[in-house]
Amino acid sequence: MNEQLLLGLLVVLPFLGFLFNGIRFTSKNYKLAGTVASTASGLCFLISLTLVAKLIGMPEGERVITSHFFDWFLAGDFSVSASFLLDPINAVMILVITGVGTLIHIFSIGYISHDERPSKYFAYLNLFLMNMLILVLGDNLLVMFVGWEGVGLCSYLLIGFWFSDPEKAAAGMKAFITNRIGDAGFLLGIFMLFLSFGTVTFSEIATRLPETAEMMWTGPITLACLFLFIGATGKSAQIPLYVWLPDAMAGPTPVSALIHAATMVTAGVYMIVRMSDVFVLAPLVMNVIAIIGALTALGAATIGMTQWDIKKILAYSTVSQLGYMFLAVGVGAFIPAMFHLMTHAFFKALMFLGSGSVIHAMADEQDVRKMGGLKKYMPITHFTFLLGWLAIIGAPPLAGFFSKDEILWYSFASPAGHWSLWVAGVIAAGCTAFYMTRLMCLTFWGESRVPKEVHPHESPVSMTFPLIVLGVLSVVGGWIGIPHVLGAIIPGHPPNVLEHWLEPVVRMLKPEHASAAVEFALMGISLSVAGISAYFAYDFYLVHKDRPTMVTKKLGGLYSLVSDKYRIDEFYFGRIINPLIDLSKGLWLYIDINFIDKMTYLASDMVKGSGQFLRSLQNGNLQQYALYISLGVVVTITYILMGS
Amino acid sequence: MLLSLLIFLPLVYALIVMALPARFSRPVSLALSGLHFVFSLVLLARFDVTTADLQFVEQMDWVKSFGISYFVGIDGISLWLVMLTTFLTPLTILGSWTAITDKVKGFHVAMLALEATMIGTFLAMDAVLFYVFFEASLIPMYFMIGIWGGARRIYATVKFFIYTMFGSLFMLVALIALMFMTQEMLGGQMSASILDFYKLEIPFVAGQFLNSQTLLFFAFALAFAIKVPMFPFHTWLPDAHVEAPTPGSVILAGVMLKMGTYGFMRLGLPLFPEAVEYWSWLFMLLAVVGIIYGALVAMVQPDIKKLVAYSSVSHMGYVVLGLFAFNAYGLTGGLYQMLNHGISTGALFLMVGMIYERTHSREISQYGGLAKAAPWYTILFVIVTMSSIAVPMTNGFIGEFLILLGGFEANPIFGAMAVLGVVLGASYMLWMVKRVFFGGEGEIVTKYKSAGLDLNIREAVVMAPLIVLIFWMGIFPNHFLRGSKASLEHLEKNMRTYELGIHNPSQKDQSEKYSMAEERGE
Repeated sequence: MNEQLLLGLLVVLPFLGFLFNGIRFTSKNYKLAGTVASTASGLCFLISLTLVAKLIGMPEGERVITSHFFDWFLAGDFSVSASFLLDPINAVMILVITGVGTLIHIFSIGYISHDERPSKYFAYLNLFLMNMLILVLGDNLLVMFVGWEGVGLCSYLLIGFWFSDPEKAAAGMKAFITNRIGDAGFLLGIFMLFLSFGTVTFSEIATRLPETAEMMWTGPITLACLFLFIGATGKSAQIPLYVWLPDAMAGPTPVSALIHAATMVTAGVYMIVRMSDVFVLAPLVMNVIAIIGALTALGAATIGMTQWDIKKILAYSTVSQLGYMFLAVGVGAFIPAMFHLMTHAFFKALMFLGSGSVIHAMADEQDVRKMGGLKKYMPITHFTFLLGWLAIIGAPPLAGFFSKDEILWYSFASPAGHWSLWVAGVIAAGCTAFYMTRLMCLTFWGESRVPKEVHPHESPVSMTFPLIVLGVLSVVGGWIGIPHVLGAIIPGHPPNVLEHWLEPVVRMLKPEHASAAVEFALMGISLSVAGISAYFAYDFYLVHKDRPTMVTKKLGGLYSLVSDKYRIDEFYFGRIINPLIDLSKGLWLYIDINFIDKMTYLASDMVKGSGQFLRSLQNGNLQQYALYISLGVVVTITYILMGS
Repeated sequence: MLLSLLIFLPLVYALIVMALPARFSRPVSLALSGLHFVFSLVLLARFDVTTADLQFVEQMDWVKSFGISYFVGIDGISLWLVMLTTFLTPLTILGSWTAITDKVKGFHVAMLALEATMIGTFLAMDAVLFYVFFEASLIPMYFMIGIWGGARRIYATVKFFIYTMFGSLFMLVALIALMFMTQEMLGGQMSASILDFYKLEIPFVAGQFLNSQTLLFFAFALAFAIKVPMFPFHTWLPDAHVEAPTPGSVILAGVMLKMGTYGFMRLGLPLFPEAVEYWSWLFMLLAVVGIIYGALVAMVQPDIKKLVAYSSVSHMGYVVLGLFAFNAYGLTGGLYQMLNHGISTGALFLMVGMIYERTHSREISQYGGLAKAAPWYTILFVIVTMSSIAVPMTNGFIGEFLILLGGFEANPIFGAMAVLGVVLGASYMLWMVKRVFFGGEGEIVTKYKSAGLDLNIREAVVMAPLIVLIFWMGIFPNHFLRGSKASLEHLEKNMRTYELGIHNPSQKDQSEKYSMAEERGE
């Protein structure tokens, strides 16, 4: 079948699924709804496979499939078309989105079976898929922005899926508005790029880049990149806009897995990789991105160590892992960023779904203090979760090991890197190992603290099947990106397939003085840090259980600061949002009603007053009229006399 | 005859409604205004999108000694505003089917008369005729608020009437001055034709206020700024909207506010190019202040309708920003945003009216959990909200994007500040949606939910065309932009020497042949 049609179908199929379930949104037939939605998603995955196979069949360097649907809008010199572009970069994305997406659709069938509105749920899920595909397939910034805001909208709808709970509705709103701040930045970025390059199409920007870069002062490009990065901090939950993501856990757990771990939140990373040729021209912004990424990775990981809600732990973990990806793009390691994006999609989706399976089994309990010993009740969930745990803490040869290590190596050795970034990354890796091990201990191992009335049980096949697939991917997913130094010593010398795939389209900042010895040494350090942290967590939560409280007491204020998430939310509400609302009330009551409106009355009173004054002059009193006449005569005569 | 029919047929309809018994008023005016919309589609079909010249021109002497004529014509700037008017009128009549129960006949006469004056305003090419229609439209609206309005309707309608008329008087003085100027230009013969006004070269001194062009510009600008309304001339709007009956609000926000921005496009910008260029910063500043101020004040409104009213101040601020940015993006976006605002705010007022009819409350704090009690209503409301906050694939995005791009190009600081409105707009709308539709059940919802709060068929029929347009205009904006492109390009490229020709179809054919011959190198 022809490629253009297939690209179009990637959007049309989920849209049809959305329509089908959207129109009958009150139906409780979860099986039908889930089957239709999963079929739409599954077909998208098959199409993606076909398309990627076609790409592979093309000669290297010419792997592009484009499809022009229609001219979207034009005004003056601004014209933008509804067009898609598929190249090796978003080939990775569509496989992850539709592949992981389909698994999550299937998982949802069991998960949402008891809900009142399964059809609505699946309608939103398909709508999300459609928007996510628009986001990654768009051949220009505007089409990307359509998907960008579209996924935000779906995220809003899905976080607030159980809208009767005011907190959940508020979480959805918070996500949308925080994202909007980023989107405002994104818009400004688009404006800057359009005014600099005269186009918003990726390929045209790329062709005009060399001449423009030579001619132009880099100021506008720097600003444009900064604005785009602000957009990314919103969507991908980076400092300072990450605050919506932990709250977003109010949504159904498969949604957290799909939107808030595997796909949507990685959009910012994808966008920067897509625009990497422009970003490398703004080294200042690259540094900012790397620093923000490192800080986010570190900050969120420390918060993760102190949380008790299983989903919140995973949420902060996601923020932290996204921080790694931004650290990577910030040091010019675009391919490792994409690599980590992919492996993270596998193991984080796995763990979120695993937590969903746990929550499902625990009758909606999310507090890890009330779990423990679930291993024996839920063997499959436990085993797959175990794989996810090993992957994220970077145990070789699981997926996370390769991708995280690539990032750490680049953050040290890349020309845009710095040893301090590496240190931050390694500490964050240590924290990651700690909180994930802690999560395993509290949830699955040790003795059970499950309340008597709850009877944990293994989830149905529709839920465990996706877990198994993702578990396998979490193990083998990293093998397509084995670093060269390791490939050189492993028997058979496996190549770095992913790098080979992306290299023709992504220009990286390569380490200049790469030394295999240093790379191995650094790898050893980060591995030992992770191992030691994991051991500490094991010791704390299974062996010497009094130690956590002891440490907590010793740390005192510092601990509560971290467990209160550095009180960033409080700061935003106390210092920005509430004052803004007070200001608005003030504007309304004092400026609008009591000043501007009063001024208009003043104006009308002046008219009225002068009218009254004039009326008083003509009161019918003859003597008074005679006085006016004589006054008039006097004035006139005086004037004439003075004049002459 | 086409345009005259378009203007005056609604008056004939009004007479028919008047002649028939009151029980026929609703169906007859719905049918006739619906027919009128179909009629306007004929105009749309016959409209030539390739020219910036005036089309379907009719000109007749009216007061010859002063050069005042009955002069109507249409171009790409007025085309969609006329369509918006003919489109919204039948929907509004259907939407007020059960809301207006008192003096039904009078109401529909007022509606149809209003339609005539609004279309007249958009089609008049003689300044005096424009002024007459511009002012005449106040009268039916005055009655509509004053008779069918809420508790403080008299106060609100008098304020609305006097405030807007106050501004228009300055315009009247200014256009008389312009007529005298044409006398000099045309050698003794006065003219009130806007086309003749365009030819005037009005003396301008930069940096001074007391020169003809600046003074005349500000006289016009005051009239339009009040009508739009621009900050700080907006305080009549919340009062008028809160007291107006639903159809009054829909037409007021949907069409009448656009008379102000249309006035800027037709008269304010092209007549006084130097003054506009010199003072555009002031208008952009006021527009940006309006965007942010309107949004902030909207955020803290306890009354849904007042919230929508203040959101209009914010949205119309975008339009003004686009117009005064005066580049292709800003002008296109500004015109598009006028239509968007007509559709999305019209829809919002309609929907607020629908729920008010059932619960007699517009207090946000009394609501909550409406989504459970009225799921279809909620879906449509959220779609309209998305249009209002300019989510891509809805109409709002196209307008806002182009305006912000244009504003950013013209003045990056103001442009960047206006982008803040994108965040604030989402904030006040979604916060309202959250409090009204989500969360626990509010008292008013509990009280009335057994009576059925969801849309009925009639209301669904009213909303359907609006929803369709929201997506149509968002996904295929070129279908609409096409109609205005030539006119807007003409305005943008020839600002200093703006003139409008009169389109003559037969002549055009010849020129086309001629140019084809040229291309062939003959």
